[in-house]
Amino acid sequence: MTANAIRISNLTRNFGNVRALDNLSLLIPKGVVFGFLGANGSGKTTTIRLLLGLLEPTSGHAEVLGFDTRSHSDKIRQHTGALLEHSGLYERLSAEDNLEFYARVWRLPTAKRRSRIKELLSNMGLWQRRHEIVGGWSRGMKQKLAVARAMLHHPPLIFLDEPTTGLDPVAAAALRDELQETVAREGVTVFLTTHNLVEAEKLCHQIGVIRQGKLLAIGNPDQLRVQAGNPRIEIVGRGFTPKLIDYLKSQPLISSTQIQGDRLTITLRKQTSAAPLVKILVNAGVEIEEVRKGNASLEEVFLTLMEAP
Amino acid sequence: MSADIWTVMWKEWRELLFQRGSLRGIMLSLLPSVLLFGIILPSQIGHFWVESAMPLGFWGWLPMLPVTVVIADAFAGERERHTLETLLASPLSEQAILFGKVGAVVGYAWVLTLIILLAGLVTVNVIHGNGKLLLYPLIITLGGMIFALLTATLMASIGVIVSLRSATVKQAAQQLAFASLAITWIPLFGFSLLPTALQTSLLESAKSANTTQLFLISIVILAVVDVGLLLVAMTRFKRSRLILD
Repeated sequence: MTANAIRISNLTRNFGNVRALDNLSLLIPKGVVFGFLGANGSGKTTTIRLLLGLLEPTSGHAEVLGFDTRSHSDKIRQHTGALLEHSGLYERLSAEDNLEFYARVWRLPTAKRRSRIKELLSNMGLWQRRHEIVGGWSRGMKQKLAVARAMLHHPPLIFLDEPTTGLDPVAAAALRDELQETVAREGVTVFLTTHNLVEAEKLCHQIGVIRQGKLLAIGNPDQLRVQAGNPRIEIVGRGFTPKLIDYLKSQPLISSTQIQGDRLTITLRKQTSAAPLVKILVNAGVEIEEVRKGNASLEEVFLTLMEAP
Repeated sequence: MSADIWTVMWKEWRELLFQRGSLRGIMLSLLPSVLLFGIILPSQIGHFWVESAMPLGFWGWLPMLPVTVVIADAFAGERERHTLETLLASPLSEQAILFGKVGAVVGYAWVLTLIILLAGLVTVNVIHGNGKLLLYPLIITLGGMIFALLTATLMASIGVIVSLRSATVKQAAQQLAFASLAITWIPLFGFSLLPTALQTSLLESAKSANTTQLFLISIVILAVVDVGLLLVAMTRFKRSRLILD
């Protein structure tokens, strides 16, 4: 058995003259939540479609759970669950019937089918509303149901394509919590595409950033911050004079400074100790209340990567 | 594969029959067809309705109506309501999805036809029976059931081919309406365009021919056309093509 849930080498897909995916290579170990970050049209959905065998690659090779996407796509679909771009729910059917249909598709035995549907709907807080026609539900509830559908047959791997898109912040946060709990409870590997950085930061163990079909960076959120964003020091205090700021800017270690009220943010060119800087500030008469050292946020990392030539 | 076909049929019937939410809804949706073709028409035609070969033509034509209405939704509806990609991402084989959808529509139309013809039989007996039990001749009943199945499959196969390529249900329904008109009227129109001598000769041959033989020939021709159309539908049903459409 392979230790990787997904293995992609030099995967390329063209649509006419447009290259949607450009020599993508990735290894995603089992048991992780992998976030695929990218702007709209960057190739995230195309990657999922290729991995599910819904599209043929132009060149390259991909394996999902050890199955080749070209020759064994039926096996891949048998062993994975998916919540794609749209929830894919039958809005004229009840919540229970939606799950019943897909439970039959995955050939769950009748008794198992019933208990599993009850378990998932109860965990998602939807059991009491199981007989309702899904068409009348809010988008947040539909997305929860679609997540339950993807998990029905205990797949070792699920694909979630922008699961919180279109949800209001409260519903999105609720779904994220639900996802986090469900993923931990079921112990599945998750391939999640998103352009929501909070979501990626909260849910993902590993993140890949894609732009125009090309993988720009990969790693865990901390590694990405270190890789792509310069370290920074945040100082809260009083007495930041223009003369002092000019002096700081002239220091070779300092890339930039930004002052907002009583908060001074210093971006460094490389990792270094904060002590010498603090000493300079104290000697200049600054009353320091708080010093915090950190890296760029994931959002800054993402924007830096997106804006890079 | 038969279990998967049955699963798709289950879903299709569920969506079709329970879209109004209850059994009462189902009955209400069937009422106009039963009323018109199962009660009004037979009551006006009288015992000729069951004694002549007239119902045979009716058995063939009637199932095409519900099929035309429902089959447009098969793939175009899934595409329009954004459920197609999730269905294609399931382990169901292409054949299971295709045959499940065709089977569900054919089954629905066939049962509806049987209900209507049974209603017609009851109507004729109640209004024109005069205490005598009137029944469709056995050959008409058996042949009609096969004929209904084959014409329903014919329309469903054409419908599924159209629906596979249509962006919306409306577009598919419009194209199918033309197709069903063509199927009904082209043979009649074509016949009227033939030289009078040929028309007379064909009518004479039809009159003198053995009805059972004629009927069997029609059934074989229909069955061959149905199989051909289903094969065309199978070749056009490719996951990657549907995703890109």
